Amino acid sequence: MTTTEFGAIDVFRSYSDELLSLWNARLTASGAAGDFRNKTGQLKGQTKELLRLMADATQSGQMDNLHTEAWKPVRSFLDQLSDERARQGYSSSQTATFVFSLKEPLHTVLRREIQDPARFASALWEVNELIDKLGLLTIESFQNSREQVIVRQQEEMLELSTPVVKLWDGILALPMIGTLDSARTQVVMESLLQRIVETGSAIAIIDITGVPTVDTLVAQHLLKTVTAIRLMGADCIISGVRPQIAQTIVHLGVNLQGISTKATLADALAVALERTGRSITTHAAK
Amino acid sequence: MGRTLLVTIQLDMHDAHALQLQEDLSSRIVDSSAKGVLIDISALDVVDSFIARAIANISSVAELLDARCVIVGMQPAVAITLVEMGAKLTGVRTALNVEHGMDLLRLAGV
Repeated sequence: MTTTEFGAIDVFRSYSDELLSLWNARLTASGAAGDFRNKTGQLKGQTKELLRLMADATQSGQMDNLHTEAWKPVRSFLDQLSDERARQGYSSSQTATFVFSLKEPLHTVLRREIQDPARFASALWEVNELIDKLGLLTIESFQNSREQVIVRQQEEMLELSTPVVKLWDGILALPMIGTLDSARTQVVMESLLQRIVETGSAIAIIDITGVPTVDTLVAQHLLKTVTAIRLMGADCIISGVRPQIAQTIVHLGVNLQGISTKATLADALAVALERTGRSITTHAAK
Repeated sequence: MGRTLLVTIQLDMHDAHALQLQEDLSSRIVDSSAKGVLIDISALDVVDSFIARAIANISSVAELLDARCVIVGMQPAVAITLVEMGAKLTGVRTALNVEHGMDLLRLAGV
């Protein structure tokens, strides 16, 4: 492509207004503009802004490498756009279609402006390449944003799932719910140990009623937690061992000897009260 | 405090400190004919395997000299580190704080 002749690279600057209206019309026709998540005029603002940025970027004179300084505004704009759409709950194809729908307006303009078939073909190819790259970029950042959302939710769940409750003066309980993995056990262990120090509790009860399966790894984690609690000078009771879990533990050959285990939280509480020198009595009915 | 010695570790223990402490403590136990020793490690927040062994050693030396030894105030981070290192400190008595440690000594007949 020579600079004297009109080529694919000039189309963004020379025909930006026409491209914009064609693009908007296309988005409206495909129904994307009518989506309820779009605020009025927001989509039009986005198309206008993107075209303006692309016109600026093409002034650098090249459009086959998007990782240059000139294309940086375009990239960051698309990043932001995908990030927004990921949060609003768009699907990845909806987000990519936004970029891909620019192809048709470009084709229309190029076909009208370039008569020579050979040059038209090469210009078309360049434009296609560019839009595909932009589309891929959008998808990539869309996925990144999605992953960030997932990671944040995981962290929130982690915090939610480790409540340490005080059952009695000097007795703490930790009802564990859900599958135990290394990361969770670490958080559980730390928060439990921290609470033991804060409250000066001599006995901690770990209730595993809500743990669906116990494998060797989970048993290992439990053992570690119990050992750490003992090292700090408190005692630990594991409660809520269901029959299947007891059988699994025996089958696995895990040695939980030396750790007091109880079938229910109530049993564990009774033992804990007894160890701290308390007892519960039933008053005779008057 | 009566027949009980209270040792407070104020700063991060180095290897030399640990050995020094072991010697000082053993002679003090003999001199004062103490029956109980409380070692407060609540200010200790970094441990390595050497310190872990030193603590276990000090505890068994005290037991040999007929004094019950209780380690009190171990920080959660320290406990986790020890467990991850696989140091179980078997035979070492531990308590949450000095108060609990005194109770434990009383139960042991000091």
